[in-house]
Amino acid sequence: MTVTETAAVEARGITKRFGPTVALNDAGIVIAPGETHALVGRNGAGKSTLVSILTGLQRPDLGEVLFAGEPSPPLTDRDAWRRRVACVYQKSTIIPSLTVAENLFINRQTERGPINWRALRARARQLLDQYGVAVDADSLAGDLNVEERQLVEIARALSFGARFIILDEPTAQLDGPAIERLFERMRDLRNQGVTMMFISHHLEEVYQVCQSVTVFRDARHVVTAPVADLPHDELVKAMTGEETQAYESKAREIDGAAKVVLSASGLRLKDRYEDVDLAVRSGEIVGLAGSGSSGKVGLAETLVGLRKPDGGDVTVNGTAIRPGDVSAALKAGLGFVPQDRHHEGFVPLLSIAENATMPIAHKLGRFGMISGERRKARATTMIQDLDIKTTGPDQPVGDLSGGNAQKVVLARALADSPAALVVINPTAGVDVKAKQSLLGAVEDATAGGTGVLLVSDELDDLRICDRVLVMFHGKVVKDVPRGWSENDLVAAMEGIDS
Amino acid sequence: MTESAVPDSLAVRSRGTGLKLGRFRDLTLVPVIILLLIVGSFADPVFMTTGNLTNVLQQQSALALVVLAEALVLIAGKFDLSLESTVGLAPALAVMLVIPTSAGGFGLGVPVALAIPLCLLIGAAVGAFNGFLILRFQLSAFIVTLAMLIVVRGLQTGITGGKSLFALPPSFLYLGSATWLGIPAAIWITAVLFAAGIVVLRFFRTGRALYAIGGNADAARAAGIRVERVTWVVFVISGTLAAVAGMLETGRLGGISANQGDGWIFMVFAAAVIGGVSMDGGKGTILGALTGVLVIGLVENILTLKGVPGEWRNLVYGAIILVALMISRLAGGKAQD
Repeated sequence: MTVTETAAVEARGITKRFGPTVALNDAGIVIAPGETHALVGRNGAGKSTLVSILTGLQRPDLGEVLFAGEPSPPLTDRDAWRRRVACVYQKSTIIPSLTVAENLFINRQTERGPINWRALRARARQLLDQYGVAVDADSLAGDLNVEERQLVEIARALSFGARFIILDEPTAQLDGPAIERLFERMRDLRNQGVTMMFISHHLEEVYQVCQSVTVFRDARHVVTAPVADLPHDELVKAMTGEETQAYESKAREIDGAAKVVLSASGLRLKDRYEDVDLAVRSGEIVGLAGSGSSGKVGLAETLVGLRKPDGGDVTVNGTAIRPGDVSAALKAGLGFVPQDRHHEGFVPLLSIAENATMPIAHKLGRFGMISGERRKARATTMIQDLDIKTTGPDQPVGDLSGGNAQKVVLARALADSPAALVVINPTAGVDVKAKQSLLGAVEDATAGGTGVLLVSDELDDLRICDRVLVMFHGKVVKDVPRGWSENDLVAAMEGIDS
Repeated sequence: MTESAVPDSLAVRSRGTGLKLGRFRDLTLVPVIILLLIVGSFADPVFMTTGNLTNVLQQQSALALVVLAEALVLIAGKFDLSLESTVGLAPALAVMLVIPTSAGGFGLGVPVALAIPLCLLIGAAVGAFNGFLILRFQLSAFIVTLAMLIVVRGLQTGITGGKSLFALPPSFLYLGSATWLGIPAAIWITAVLFAAGIVVLRFFRTGRALYAIGGNADAARAAGIRVERVTWVVFVISGTLAAVAGMLETGRLGGISANQGDGWIFMVFAAAVIGGVSMDGGKGTILGALTGVLVIGLVENILTLKGVPGEWRNLVYGAIILVALMISRLAGGKAQD
C-alpha cells in the first residue's frame, strides 16, 4: 500500500506485555483517511490490546500512536483522546440505569453549575436526529435492544467530534437485518469522510464494508492489503498461518426409522413462537434458522426447560418432560449449550475439570464424594477430544479464550453422552479454527447416536445439518434439506419466500 | 441478547412504560406512607397531632442521616456497614478529647469549641480509612466495612471502658436538642442535608457521576470520571454524615451510651432498599431513601402508640418491612436486584 497522504491513524512498533504474556510484539497499523479498515486475527492475536492502545486506555511499552501525523495526547487527557478517536467497544459502555440522554452526555451533562435537564434532552434529541437514530432520548438505556444501544454508542462516540471511529466486533450480537442496517450506516459515515477501523470474526463482512484489511497473528502484524488483493482463502491463511479449507461437513446416512430423541408438539409461547412441532431423530442434526425476532432461541430454550411454554409437550428420549424443568430434561438424556456462555455456560472461577464434569459428578464417585483422580482423567480426555488449548484440567475456565471456553461448555453438554443435544449459537465470538473443532465435535456426537438441534445465526454453521427448519415470526415456515443455497435460506428467514 | 430485532412497535411500547416508571419510581412508597398515616390516625388519636409527628421526625433524624450516607455509598455501587459504629465513636471520641478526666475524658484540655469539628473529622477519617482499604487495597467493601464495624465499635468501648458519657459540654448537645422556629434543629439540619443530597445527585455532574460509577464503573472510567477519587470522597462524606447523626443523637438523648448506633445498620439498609435504592448500585434516589425512612419511622411510632410489647416489636417490624418491600416491588414493576 502506498501512503500518499498522511495516515489518519498510525500505530508504529507497538509492544505491550502483560506479565509474562506478550500481547503485541512490534505490531502496527496504518489507516488512510476516509477508508474503512478491517483488523482481523484469531482470538488472542492482539486486536483488543491494539484497540485499548489506540483509544488511549492503555500505554504501549514501546512504540507510538500518531493521529494525522501528530503524536497522541497524554493518557490523562481523556477529552483530547475522544476528540481524535471514538470507539464502540465490544463490551457495552452504556449505563443501563440512566436515560439515553444522560448516557449520551455522561460526565459532560453541563459545562458548569446545575444540569438543565430540559436542555440536555433537547441536545440529546438533536444528536440522535443528526445521526438518524430512532431512539427516545428519555427512555432508560437498559431498555434498549442491542442494536439500539450500539447506535447510541456510535452517536455518542461521534459527538466528541472524532473523525476516526473503531468498531470492535459490532456485529457479534446483531442478527442479519440489523447487521445490514449497521453496514448501511457505516457506508453513510464513510461518505461523510469518517475513517473507521472494523473488527469482526466474520470474514465475509470484511469484504462487504472494508477497503483494506490488516491481519494480526500471535501478537504480530502479518499483512496489510486492499481487500480486493486478499481473497478469502489467503486471508484465512494469513490469520491461521497455515493452509485451511473451509469446513467440510461429513456425509451421513440418516435412518428414517431411527428413534426420535427430541420432539415437540403444539408448543407455543406468547410473543415468541406458536404451534411448533418438531422431531429430531437419533444420529441426525437439525438446524434451526431465523432472524433474531423469529423466536428460534426462545424455542430452543423451551426444549431444554429454561423457559416455560404456554402449551404443548416436549419429549426427550421418549420421556415427556414437565414444562420448564431443566433438571428433568437433563436427566432424560439432554445435553445443552446455552446461548450466552458467560451467563449460563460455565463457572469462570472453577477449573476446566470441574466445569466439564458437572453433570456427571455423580458418576465420578460414591455417596456424593467426587474422586479428583477420575475427574481429572475424564477432563483430560475431553481436553484432547475437543482440542482445548489450556495449561491443564486445573486451569479456571475464566482464563480461557472465548473459543476454548465454549469448547468446555460443549464438553460438559457431551459429558453424559446425551441422547439429544441442543446447541445455541455455538460459534458466536469464536475464531475460525475453534469454530471447526466445535462443529466437528457436534458432528462426532451424532456417530454415537445423539440427535442434535443446532440453533445458529451463522449460515455456515448450519452446513453440517441434515435439514434446516426456518422460523419466521414464531412459526416454522420451511424445512430445507441439505444442499440449500444461502439465498433460499435467507429468503425464507426474511419471510420473502414463494 | 440476540433477540435484538424487536419490531419497532414493540420498542416504542416499552419506552412508554419505561418513562412513566422512571418518573414515579421515587414515589412508590407514598401510598404506603398515606396508608400508614390513615392507619395511625385510626389507631390512636394522639398520632395525627403536630406534636407526635414532629416527635417522629426528630427521633428519625439521626437514622435518616445514616440512610442518606448509605444511599450515597450504595448508589456509587459500594457498601458501608461501619456507619452505625461511627455514629457512636465520632461523638464519644470527640467529647472525650475536650472533657476533663473527672467527667470520663482524656483531660487533654482541648478547647470545647473544637468538639463538633473534631466529631466531624473523626467520621471523615473513618470513611477515608474505609475508602483507602477498599480502593487502594482492592478489598471487598462488604468485608472491609464489616470488620470496621467491629473495630470502630471496639475502639469506642475500649476508650470509654464500656461506660456511657453524661457530662457533656452544652455546646455539643445544642444542635441535637435546640428548637428553631418551633421545630427541632435536628429536623432542620436533616432536611437541609437531604435537600442538598437531592439537588446534588439530580442536578450536578459530581452527583450524576455516582450513578455512572455504580451503574457501570468501566463505562464511567471511559467517560473520564475519576472513579476511585469520587468513590473515596463518597466514603468520606458518608462517614462525616454518620458523625453528624451521632452528634444529633447525642444531643437528643443528652449522653453517649457505649452502644449508640448499635444495630442501626439493618434499619438503614431496610429504609434505603424499600426506598428504591439498589444494593447493586447505580439505582435509586435520595428522595426515595427519605420515603423509606418515613415508612420506618411511622411504623415504629404506631407500634409504640399501640403499646405493642417489646418482645413482639421486632417481629411486627420485620414483617412490615417485608410488606413494604413487596409493595415497592409491585409498584416498581421490576425484579429487585
